[in-house]
Amino acid sequence: MTTHSAPAPVGGPLLNKVTFIAGVLVALMAAILLYRFIFGLGAVTDLNDGYPWGIWIVVDVMIGSALACGGFSVAMLVYIFNRGEYHPLVRPALLASLLGYTLAGAGVIFDLGRWWNVWNMYWPGSVNLNSVMFEVAICITAYIVVMWIEFSPVVLEKFGLKDLKRKLNKYLFFLVALGTLLPMMHQSSLGTLWVVLGQQVHPLWQTPVVPLLFLLTAIIMGYAVVLFESCLASAAYRRGIEMKLLTPLAKVMLGVVAAYVAVRLGDVIVRGVIGRSFQLSLEGLMFWIEMACFVAPFLIIGTENQRRNPARLFVAGILLILGGSFLRLNGFLIGYDTGAGFRYFPALPELLVTLGMFATEVLIYILVTRRFPVLPREGAAH
Amino acid sequence: MQATFFHETHRATEAAADAVERRLRISRRDFLQFCSGVAATLGLPAGAEAAIAKAVEAAKRPSVIWLHFQECTGCSESLLRAEHPTLEKLILDVISLDYHETLMVAAGHQAEKARKDAMAANKGKYVLVVEGAIPTKDKGIYCKIGGQTAVDLVKECAADAAAVIAIGSCASWGGMPSTDPNPTGASSVGEVLGKPVVTIPGCPPNPYNFLATVVHFLTFGKLPAVDKLGRPLFAYGRLVHEHCERRAHFDAGRFAMEFGDEGHRKGYCLYKLGCKGPETYANCPTIGFGDAGEGNWPVGCGHPCIGCTEKGVGFAKPIHAVAKMLNVVPPLQYARIVEEQGRGATFASAAALAAVAGAAAGAAAMLTRNLGMSHKAEELEKAQDKADKSKAEV
Repeated sequence: MTTHSAPAPVGGPLLNKVTFIAGVLVALMAAILLYRFIFGLGAVTDLNDGYPWGIWIVVDVMIGSALACGGFSVAMLVYIFNRGEYHPLVRPALLASLLGYTLAGAGVIFDLGRWWNVWNMYWPGSVNLNSVMFEVAICITAYIVVMWIEFSPVVLEKFGLKDLKRKLNKYLFFLVALGTLLPMMHQSSLGTLWVVLGQQVHPLWQTPVVPLLFLLTAIIMGYAVVLFESCLASAAYRRGIEMKLLTPLAKVMLGVVAAYVAVRLGDVIVRGVIGRSFQLSLEGLMFWIEMACFVAPFLIIGTENQRRNPARLFVAGILLILGGSFLRLNGFLIGYDTGAGFRYFPALPELLVTLGMFATEVLIYILVTRRFPVLPREGAAH
Repeated sequence: MQATFFHETHRATEAAADAVERRLRISRRDFLQFCSGVAATLGLPAGAEAAIAKAVEAAKRPSVIWLHFQECTGCSESLLRAEHPTLEKLILDVISLDYHETLMVAAGHQAEKARKDAMAANKGKYVLVVEGAIPTKDKGIYCKIGGQTAVDLVKECAADAAAVIAIGSCASWGGMPSTDPNPTGASSVGEVLGKPVVTIPGCPPNPYNFLATVVHFLTFGKLPAVDKLGRPLFAYGRLVHEHCERRAHFDAGRFAMEFGDEGHRKGYCLYKLGCKGPETYANCPTIGFGDAGEGNWPVGCGHPCIGCTEKGVGFAKPIHAVAKMLNVVPPLQYARIVEEQGRGATFASAAALAAVAGAAAGAAAMLTRNLGMSHKAEELEKAQDKADKSKAEV
């Protein structure tokens, strides 16, 4: 800890153009959700028996939680692989993860048809130990709690509770370990859902190795989000970028991407379904767009010199985020077929809720970083 | 014990059949079929057909006075036009039809005399059957027979009757003549007499329901148990919807949506075409009409039930108006009848998604450009620094 300069609040006004727009979107979401909780899912969504999961699950939960893997990916690098130099990235990444996961957990509630029964999920007499969904639900809930505790030193620092913070620090290593294990468990379990969905999922995505694919892409998206957020935060707050950290981080990330591409293509070839990707179909096209998002970063940030350019890191980060998002969208919605006649396209209120979720995250991120010690102190990294 | 009982029963039935066979000149098989059919219609336990056969065989035929008022004679027609060759013979054998305006040979004062004679001879023992509604408006002048109004006739004949049976919807609850605006004040027998009578509603009612009621009276000396509207429970105890052969289609959500469509041709539920089965009590689905076998009843032929046995439903509700579910109100948790398959993209949602994607792409492009420019500037600065340093060193 002492080798790094302490993080500090950014300061500045809480109300500005961005927080105002985000606030409006959040209010819009709240109004739609109130309507949804009173009049049901059918009143605001395009969900049907063929597509019982829409963007609230696929985008807000599946993609949202994968995007929130920055905290876990960086923590893994710092604490498991003992690369202490990345430590300044931990807190901002952890904050983004915390927000992402908490909102993903809320997103699940929005999508529950009979949301008032949700307590059964935690009631020992009601749980179904054989359900993949139960594993995911418990694991995500536990992870949210763990992350809040992991993040609590920030709050304790802010309010000067040094004693409590010192005591907590003694046990924090256990929580950090747990916070690395839990997302590995449920991110792969989210992929296992495709195995459960069976033949309804297009063969380009329905594979027994899908838990590994989900885990690898969650780690990749975690790093990509750190790149993305660092660039965004520095631009928004007009601060210098921690290029000394991001350049080597990008290299680590590329290593994981290479492993992913090898597993992904290998799986498609070994199962003998690669031919399906060359058929003239939306699924075939989407498969190659998804693959392109994972391969293109090698051309953009393949060399050390390229990785020093924040613009290139930013674009590569976006591409990898899109790649991981397409993987989930393709399997859950685009390449998902439950029979003739069923179709799904997110209704306007659904889109507004998803937009509101991201706005909530942006809003809270800005409010917290401006008032709590999360981002590295300006100039300290240089 | 059991075996002896059956043996006795069987022997009694046989003996009765022999007598009737000679008297009616119908086969024993037909007679026994009739007795079993009536017992089954009445919902009586095994062995009752013997009692029925015995009662019929004894031929203590009750005198029946049959009055016609505001009606179409469809009820009488349905009794007589049954396909079964022995039915009319049996009816005329089971009862002594002493007065029936459309069937009797006598006419004019002769006919009225026959009625008065029968009433006097069987005082307190005859059965009065009323077919048709009774007009009550303007002192009942809209229907007169032999100078007497229908109201007077019904009251006169009912005074000394052992039992009063209202046959058909008109006599039971007013029927078609009583539909709004009801210009003649058409009323039911029960309303005119001011007391409940046994009613056999239907337009026309099933002849077996009438016959079974009479045979019950003959066999057990009393009329069968009835509901609060006077309808025998054996025939009107269940909703058509509860024992309809198309009920499974209702439960599975398979409906004919219009006449002649695929669902209609496949025999799906007619609920959406206005079938009143869910609010109509009758045994039509189980006994059918016209002795023509299974499925020969309105719904079986592809037409929705019009609810002719129910006051306020038949001739009152539009034929294709959707019925009220009397006892099965499906809870909200049940799967919807219409399976929604999704609207697909709407203009608003597609436009909103495109706008968000466009805004994000634009913002990302701008940010990338700025990052690239600041990077270039930094690199230049570094190069400049280096050059300055090397210059200074030189």
